[in-house]
Amino acid sequence: MSYLEIDRLTVRLKGGGTLLRAVSLQVAAGEVRGLVGESGAGKSMIGKAVLGILPRAAEVVSGRIVLDGVDLLTLPPAERRRRVGASCALIPQDPLTALNPSRRIGPQITDRLVDILRWNRGRAEGRARELLAEVHIPDPDRVMRCYPHELSGGMRQRILIASAFAAEPKLIVADEPTTALDVTVQKQILKLIKEMQLRHGTALLFVSHDLGVVSKVCQSLTVLYAGMVLEDAGIGDFFRAPRHPYSAALLAATPKYTDPTAGLIPVPEAVLAAVRAEVAAADRRAGHV
Amino acid sequence: MRLLQSVLVRLATTAVTLFGLAVIVFVVIRVVPGNPVAMMLPPGATEADVARLSALYGLDKSIFQQFLIWAGGVLQGDFGTSITARQPVLELVLGRLPATLELSIMALIIAIVIGGLAALTGTRLRGTRVEGGIDVANGVALSVPDFLWGLVLILLFGVLMPVFHISGRVTPSLELPFVTEFYLFESVVRLRFDLWSDIVAHMFMPALALAIPLSAIIGQLLKQSLKETMHLDYVTLSRTKGYGETHVILREALPNAALPTLTLVGVQFTFLIGGTVIIERLFSYEGLGNMAIDAVINRDLPLIQGIVILFAVIFTGVNLFVDMMYAALNPRLRHA
Ligand SMILES: Nc1ncnc2c1ncn2[C@@H]1O[C@H](COP(=O)(O)OP(=O)(O)OP(=O)(O)O)[C@@H](O)[C@H]1O
Ligand SMILES: [Mg+2]
Repeated sequence: MSYLEIDRLTVRLKGGGTLLRAVSLQVAAGEVRGLVGESGAGKSMIGKAVLGILPRAAEVVSGRIVLDGVDLLTLPPAERRRRVGASCALIPQDPLTALNPSRRIGPQITDRLVDILRWNRGRAEGRARELLAEVHIPDPDRVMRCYPHELSGGMRQRILIASAFAAEPKLIVADEPTTALDVTVQKQILKLIKEMQLRHGTALLFVSHDLGVVSKVCQSLTVLYAGMVLEDAGIGDFFRAPRHPYSAALLAATPKYTDPTAGLIPVPEAVLAAVRAEVAAADRRAGHV
Repeated sequence: MRLLQSVLVRLATTAVTLFGLAVIVFVVIRVVPGNPVAMMLPPGATEADVARLSALYGLDKSIFQQFLIWAGGVLQGDFGTSITARQPVLELVLGRLPATLELSIMALIIAIVIGGLAALTGTRLRGTRVEGGIDVANGVALSVPDFLWGLVLILLFGVLMPVFHISGRVTPSLELPFVTEFYLFESVVRLRFDLWSDIVAHMFMPALALAIPLSAIIGQLLKQSLKETMHLDYVTLSRTKGYGETHVILREALPNAALPTLTLVGVQFTFLIGGTVIIERLFSYEGLGNMAIDAVINRDLPLIQGIVILFAVIFTGVNLFVDMMYAALNPRLRHA
């Protein structure tokens, strides 16, 4: 059975507009699943729905988010928060804004362990030191006493990765974890995430618009367009023979998988028109136009 | 080291500012019509009487000479003698300063508590009617000046529902064992809560009147600042850790949102101290502001000069303190 099972999740803006259209996807324990699609497709929205941080303007109108056998959407808010905090984590996109500038690094790693998981402080600090060493940060004790502005972007992303793994979560959502970084640092951070994922056996929902990166990190992937799942495939199958024409166009638009600047070749207009028609048809079937 | 250097620079600029201010005040109060000596003499005094008394207070010399004499005295800690009270200005002014300081600080504390609670409640309940109510209350509090709040309070709690005293600093018939003029502070230190409650009952309305507009400013700015901070990534990240709304606001957002508010509170606090002049008059509160008005009415030139300089020293002191607080609370400045 899958650790995370999203079942026909529909999210809409309160003011009108659909962000996710009956999205279904599964992530098995220890699986790394890529979530790809163009900007605005709703990739981040899926991660936010799982973690319970949807924007105030958005609401879940139907569907289930089943985490470890429990539908999160049926839980009272406090219970849901606690459950998600204890078993999931987020690796954010921009390490420069994801750490609180007026708090030292140490407490920002240990706070979840102490406050949510009720560890004692000494044990939590020991754990933080251990993890900082795992993400190859020299002199963890010094770093834990630093404020974020005293550290580089790459260092901060390492810290955020360490912090995400601190509570030994079963699932981590990584939302374009390298996009905000220097190209030279990107590779190291990707390698590090993969290394940590393997060591801890954590399931990963890996949001990216870079198929090249996805091909290296993920075992399976879900292709999203306008909040709708177009294709769900194993990584090998997908790169051998994508089933959906839009996926094929995306793949064709990323010639070498490796060149980060190559994703700019546009998807052909005919393919886009077909996908839009497909979305509209799905909307009509669902009865919400 | 850097801190010491910047404090020294600030002190130097402050000295220059104070000197300029002293010159301006000195000249202005001598140029405006109204002769202090004529006001002291009984009607029917002769020209010769006026001249004699003027000479006694040195007012027959040129403004330039008068200034040199006054400045020379100030440098030795002598601010001259009050014409009406016939006591050293410094003694008079320092005697009244504690009353005004206690009033201002009490008002500041009330403003921070009310404004802070309004901002935090409004943020916690954003999008609800409570937030709308807080915004309206802030708007009203801000559009009415402090002395009108004073009148409203007198009407409400002095006349209609007399729970507080409307005049003075302490009930005159009480025996005061105090050695300083800091009545409120000393009553706590001496554990004389009977006196303390009497002093608070006198101070509460003027302090509240001064505090209401400032609390609205603090409330609005802090709420706006919190609103922006609540969207930041580190706040969202803290939510994914399992923290609830209240915790997220207090620990993640508030410390960062409070910094810009702090600077503004410093500036506004000096306005509040300025506001004590009218409020003290309104509530017959025996502080510096009340004394300043009497000094102006009586053309008590040395006393006016002394009070103005003291107010200026307080203002710059407050600003310096706020800047240092800002540096102390902001880790980015602390380590820069
Ligand atoms: N706070 C918000 N309020 C209203 N609409 C939003 C909000 N955040 C995102 N959206 C909308 O939701 C849709 C999906 O956004 P989402 O952030 O999930 O896209 P994405 O696939 O992650 O794109 P990107 O690659 O640019 O990050 C977009 O159309 C976006 O405009
Ligand atoms: Mg996104």
